[in-house]
Amino acid sequence: MRTIFYIIQKEFIQVIRNRVMLPMMIIMPIFQMLVLLYAATLEMKHIELFVVDNDHTEASRTLVSKFEGSSFYMLSGYSASIKEAEKQMKNDKTDIILNISKGFGESLSRGEGTDIQLLINAINGTKAGLINAYSLNVISQFVGEYAKNKGTIVEQSSSAGLDIRYRYWFNPELNFKHFMLPGLLVILVTVMGMALSAISFVKEKELGTIEQINVTPIRKYQFLAGKLLPFWIIALFELAFGLTIGRIFFDIPIRGSLFLLFGFSSVYLLTVMGIGLFFSTITRTQQQIMLLFFFFNIVFILMSGIFTPVESMPQWAQTANILNPLAYFMRVIRMIMLKGSGLQDILKELISLSVYAILILSLAVWRYRKTS
Amino acid sequence: MKSFYGFIRKEFLHIFRDPRTLLILFGMPIAQIMIFGYVVTNEIRDIPIAILDQSKDQATREIGNKLISSGYFNLVMNLTSLDEVEPAMKRGNVKEVIVFEPDFRKKLESGIPGSVQIIADASDPNTANLIVNYTFGIMQDYMKQYQQGKPNIITPEVRMIYNEGLKGVYMFVPGTMALILMLISAMMTSISISREKELGTMEVLMVSPIKPFQIVVGKVVPYIVLSFINAVVIILLGFFVFGLPVKGSLILLLLESLLFISLALSLGILISTVSNSQMVAMFISLLGLMLPTILLSGFIYPIENMPLVLQLISNLMPPKWFIIVIKNIMIKGEGWQYIWKETLIMIGMTAFFLLVAIRKFKIRLE
Amino acid sequence: MHAKHIVVRGLTKKFGDFTAIDQLNFDVFSGEIFGFLGANGAGKTTAIKILCGLSYPSSGEVNVAGFDVYTQTEQLKMNIGYMSQKFSLYEDMTIYENIRFYGGIYGLGRKELHAKSEQLIRKFGLVNERNSLIADIPQGWKQKIAFSIAILHDPKIIFLDEPTGGVDPITRRQFWELIYEVSGNGITVFVTTHYMDEAEYCHRVSIMDEGKIVAIDTPNNLKSSFGAANMDEVFVKIARGAEK
Repeated sequence: MRTIFYIIQKEFIQVIRNRVMLPMMIIMPIFQMLVLLYAATLEMKHIELFVVDNDHTEASRTLVSKFEGSSFYMLSGYSASIKEAEKQMKNDKTDIILNISKGFGESLSRGEGTDIQLLINAINGTKAGLINAYSLNVISQFVGEYAKNKGTIVEQSSSAGLDIRYRYWFNPELNFKHFMLPGLLVILVTVMGMALSAISFVKEKELGTIEQINVTPIRKYQFLAGKLLPFWIIALFELAFGLTIGRIFFDIPIRGSLFLLFGFSSVYLLTVMGIGLFFSTITRTQQQIMLLFFFFNIVFILMSGIFTPVESMPQWAQTANILNPLAYFMRVIRMIMLKGSGLQDILKELISLSVYAILILSLAVWRYRKTS
Repeated sequence: MKSFYGFIRKEFLHIFRDPRTLLILFGMPIAQIMIFGYVVTNEIRDIPIAILDQSKDQATREIGNKLISSGYFNLVMNLTSLDEVEPAMKRGNVKEVIVFEPDFRKKLESGIPGSVQIIADASDPNTANLIVNYTFGIMQDYMKQYQQGKPNIITPEVRMIYNEGLKGVYMFVPGTMALILMLISAMMTSISISREKELGTMEVLMVSPIKPFQIVVGKVVPYIVLSFINAVVIILLGFFVFGLPVKGSLILLLLESLLFISLALSLGILISTVSNSQMVAMFISLLGLMLPTILLSGFIYPIENMPLVLQLISNLMPPKWFIIVIKNIMIKGEGWQYIWKETLIMIGMTAFFLLVAIRKFKIRLE
Repeated sequence: MHAKHIVVRGLTKKFGDFTAIDQLNFDVFSGEIFGFLGANGAGKTTAIKILCGLSYPSSGEVNVAGFDVYTQTEQLKMNIGYMSQKFSLYEDMTIYENIRFYGGIYGLGRKELHAKSEQLIRKFGLVNERNSLIADIPQGWKQKIAFSIAILHDPKIIFLDEPTGGVDPITRRQFWELIYEVSGNGITVFVTTHYMDEAEYCHRVSIMDEGKIVAIDTPNNLKSSFGAANMDEVFVKIARGAEK
């Protein structure tokens, strides 16, 4: 036990002496939380709407004002020419063209069906899907009110037979930051924990100081534990730091138990750091391990469900996610913070990650060779 | 000149002698394209839902079946009371609960609207929004059938321009290209130059008859080749695997890629002049290049949605301009007149970074 | 000089098809200063790594300080010190921090650590440099400190792999005084070097060429049997002989 203590002490000294590491540890969370959180947003706020109105009736004007009245849309142009509108879209000046053709108002007032054209710039498929959903919503609202006002066509209204009420639980304002902040926290602690410990290991190999360690009678697990624990503590501090920023600046809810959150994070960190240390036993230079990290982290992050729901991924990807520690943590941190899930809700993930941690750490100890 | 070729050969050997690095350098674009293409899609399907049916009649059963057969949803639980809703959601595997109020069909038959409640797990707000919308649409469809196909008042005809199938490929191929070229060109060169400094071999090179700019060029040439091969691989993958055609001129696209590679390399050189260890170079690349490439270039998240400050900052991000250029050439099939501005900006940035790097380099030598 | 501290019989190490060292046989006695010479690439570093338990032999028997290198590597390591040609102190830590770290790993008690480091700092007159980083200390001092740290835990044998590379002649002399001092305290010294004048300081030397030991004896005996005035000539003659 005392041997491990001496290694931990040494690692801390080296971190504190490093002129880049320490500022990095403070800047990283601030940068991630304050800048990237604002960047990583898919809240639909400024959908640029171009209206082509060839109808010019009260009905068409009401529909347009319905769009304008919604906080999601911004009128970027108004014209009678579809050519003009298409040019705007080509230049990326507009996201959606609402094309109302002549006779729209007349058909409506006669109680006949009519149609309307929505042209959506779909290069970004996700955004287009959302714009579509929002726009259809506006139109069906319009139909509902129009029908009510006119009184004549109530029975034809398609939604008249249903009384549908929505409730958005856990995040009624649909605040996208509350969704993304836990995701960014996961990336933060992962990068910090995984990269720092493993790179400091490989650096000793590259600079040759590892040889001096290898001629001592130190146990393999002692050395690895000494490499792991300081950065484990640092990463947990980073988590606390990030949470504080989120709490102060974004009023992010932490509905579940903070104790549970940190408990789960501790186990999670052991797993990712185990992976990092395992990588460092199979690489020789810092360049190699950094590249390895980039590769695996990009894959891990994208598959973790940070942007898209895991359930919608193909089956093979969900199976592969058994080996992706980020997938567990991404899910659990959101459950604990946003939904207030308790221990029994996350027990399965906790046990899986604990087993993972034990396996990968044993693998790292086994693969680390003091002798070549 | 002879010693210069020898130096370039040494740099190539460094890379090719290390099969693991090589494997990652070439495997990375392939893996990324595949993941974006098949895993991180914006498709909604198999979303786990639960139904709390307090009516249990033909209508609610039919609506339920319609929801499940749509492919969007996957019924994982039938609830029997409202108290079960919260635990089902907290365990995390239910994203939406549909609550049919009692006497659903009876009400419909007597002309009163049937009551139904849709409770969505909005901890993921956009998914919640989409699934609520899909559910709503499916229910409306059902009602249309139920009312024997009376016409809708307004039939919206939606057309998705440039990307009929809402395929993600139109976003992620340009994005991945920017990301990979940035990674290999800027990060790898900056680390590789910093490595010579950290291990002290840079001094040896400096006293050799090779000129400083030759050292830098020698370091950079292998990565130009690697990056260019990767760009071609990504375009080929996009075409053969995901059917993404290059609508505009292929030559123009390749030339623009070369321009972006030079831009990224000049950034890499600049980073290496300010860092003296590999770890520093990596963190600067990570913070200054990778994350902004992913998040501030419009790759995943649209720039228009960001706060004004970030929109302004995004103009300083080289990948933003490159992504605009690739999109215009590949997807919209535009020619020179739509991309000359962006091209000029990238040339300007390259020149600027190189000038600063050379100045810094000279100062160090004196 | 009776107990054998290192016993090597038929030691061979192969890397693929390449035989780095081939059938080495030699003994080193306790308290001896044993010089291990050879040109670059002769196999010195490979051999010293095996003796320190950093690398396993392909075949042969090796016993160091009474421990077998195949099965008892960790006990062996407790009883040896090692200082490599690459400088192995942490540049971003102070003298005391380095001492505390390595001493700690060898399981020295807190009091012992303190006493030893005080003694070292005073011995080298480094009281003022006590809190400066290793990176800021002149190269000559660094090597002396590295050496002192390598014997902190009172090993039976100390292995020195080109300990005086890149050091001025005066510091080299001082370094050899240190070596004599520990040898006088009964520690066996196993040293590799490029400098032939240093070979004269050894009690016995072996000379390696292409993975084999071509000569092993006291410097004086070697000089007379090769008819050479100094070790330099001995070395050149052996190298020429090998070329033929």
